[in-house]
Amino acid sequence: MVAPVIVLLGVFHYFPTLGNVIAFQDYSPYVGIRGSDFVGFANFSRLFSEVAFWKALANTLSITAFQLVFFFPIPIGLALLLNSVLSTRLRTFIQGVVYLPHFFSWVLVVSLFQQMIGGAGLLAQTLREHGHSAVDLMTKPDTFIVLVTAQAVWKDAGWGMIVFLAALSTINPALYEAAAADGANRWRRLWHITLPGLRPVIVLLLILRLGDALTVGFEQFILQRSAVGGGAAEVLDTYVYYQGLLAGDFGYGAAAGLFKGLVGLVLVLVANKFAHLIGEQGVYSRS
Amino acid sequence: MTTQTLSTPRRLARQRAQTEAGRPVWEEQPSWFGRLSKPVVLALVALLVTFPLYVVVVTSLSTTEAVTRAGGLVVVPRELTIAAYVQLLSGGVVTRALLISTGITLIGTAFSLGLTVLAAYGLSRPGSLLHRPLLFVVLLTFLFGPGIIPSYLVVNALGLIDSYGSLILPTAISAFNLIVMRSFFMGIPGELIDSARIDGAGEFAVLSRIVLPLSKAVVAVVGLFYAVGYWNAFFNAMLYINDNNKWPLQMVLRTYIVQAQVLPTGAGGVTSGSGMGLAPAPSLAIKMAIVVIAVVPVLVIYPFIQRHFTKGVIIGAVKG
Repeated sequence: MVAPVIVLLGVFHYFPTLGNVIAFQDYSPYVGIRGSDFVGFANFSRLFSEVAFWKALANTLSITAFQLVFFFPIPIGLALLLNSVLSTRLRTFIQGVVYLPHFFSWVLVVSLFQQMIGGAGLLAQTLREHGHSAVDLMTKPDTFIVLVTAQAVWKDAGWGMIVFLAALSTINPALYEAAAADGANRWRRLWHITLPGLRPVIVLLLILRLGDALTVGFEQFILQRSAVGGGAAEVLDTYVYYQGLLAGDFGYGAAAGLFKGLVGLVLVLVANKFAHLIGEQGVYSRS
Repeated sequence: MTTQTLSTPRRLARQRAQTEAGRPVWEEQPSWFGRLSKPVVLALVALLVTFPLYVVVVTSLSTTEAVTRAGGLVVVPRELTIAAYVQLLSGGVVTRALLISTGITLIGTAFSLGLTVLAAYGLSRPGSLLHRPLLFVVLLTFLFGPGIIPSYLVVNALGLIDSYGSLILPTAISAFNLIVMRSFFMGIPGELIDSARIDGAGEFAVLSRIVLPLSKAVVAVVGLFYAVGYWNAFFNAMLYINDNNKWPLQMVLRTYIVQAQVLPTGAGGVTSGSGMGLAPAPSLAIKMAIVVIAVVPVLVIYPFIQRHFTKGVIIGAVKG
């Protein structure tokens, strides 16, 4: 019964993973893997001497860091806010609304942002009507990092709240009552009961995010790279796509992709190890 | 992956207690600032999500005059018409893409769901053949992706470029969905299955008569997740489909909205709207109608997904 799935994973996951050997080849699609010459680490040394690659890496890491500060806390705040709403009906309604964009495609999200704050969008239109000069926030390289974070927040902050709401519901309400009886006010209860209750989940999600530090979402960036330009919008995944696939430089592109995959793997393992060290459970337990 | 297990009954009991009693007696009254700011923030959040959708829908239904008077996107609806939809759906680029996306979504979901059910059942019975190593093979896909270029080369070598198969096969199995379903199946008591076996049921009979009827909720959720995934997929089409006659809707959306290319009119493009005696729709309304067509199926499916949130299927699975 498991066989069809294993075959599919084998053909479309494990077999291509092995195909990464072309990162060590001067690969030519006409002669295939068997006919292409092995060149050792030549693709990698070229990769590390390429300014554009370092730029893409730097862009990726700064977007990750930016989102860690400006995206990560929002679902937590939202969950706390919603958890304090007493009416179940209102809570269900708000949940229904904020989860929704998670199910939209990136094409749709970018389209909607374009219609709101793009050059021909509602914001520009309103500004023009009132005699101001229009701005196009969709094509500005300087503020691109804010734009992609805003898009990510719009799409996934609500959905990200689910795990925190689940964790909040496991906190024993008697703790709050006891703390209140001892004279702890709202903020002290938040600090001494709620946040410690959320800590395992926060650590878990931080680990997952750090392990994924080199991935910022291929679709979101490929959709906007041409409008914003490679300077600000080139991330590792788009670099592989443009330099490797579109330019037909397969071996080189595979080297960039493999670099990203391996560093990502190391990051997950290190982050997990770190979680064990500070006494949290991490992504996989050691049992 | 588990941190702590969530007891659904306790959560529900607490929710009920809260709604019946309102604010617990020991809790202090909120300050005037808290009382004021909470509704404002919540309303703002809800508005942020719904307002863009509202503007897009209203504009897609507007006449040329309404669009001209508004100077572009229409916020206050006047003179509504369905001309844009009539034009888009009476043949041409968007109609074709809509049919392709619908077909891919239906076939792909059936394919993915079928295989996922089979594998999840196979992996949920401890002691079945190679149970542990096969589970490991599935789990390992979480840690390492094959990369864009090797994937492209494999799809190319299989002759799947420009075939609809390339939109289904490479990403047909989501390890996440598989694990969600497996953990649900594992919760089904083994005695139930054993007793069916004693009565002479084979593996497939056990699956179809015992396991699946007990797992309607999780099968529905996983199916809906697959369906939304196929409907929204754009990455595979961008990599593997060069022939724009085979584009799914998301590629059309990207080309004509995000990249703002001009939608071809006449043969193969958009008909000029004379069909139902309607005035031709403004091009902005047509563009917004494409956006609406892309979002409507998600909006239709969404309540069904949401209904299962409350059953704790997803949360239970996310947490392990």
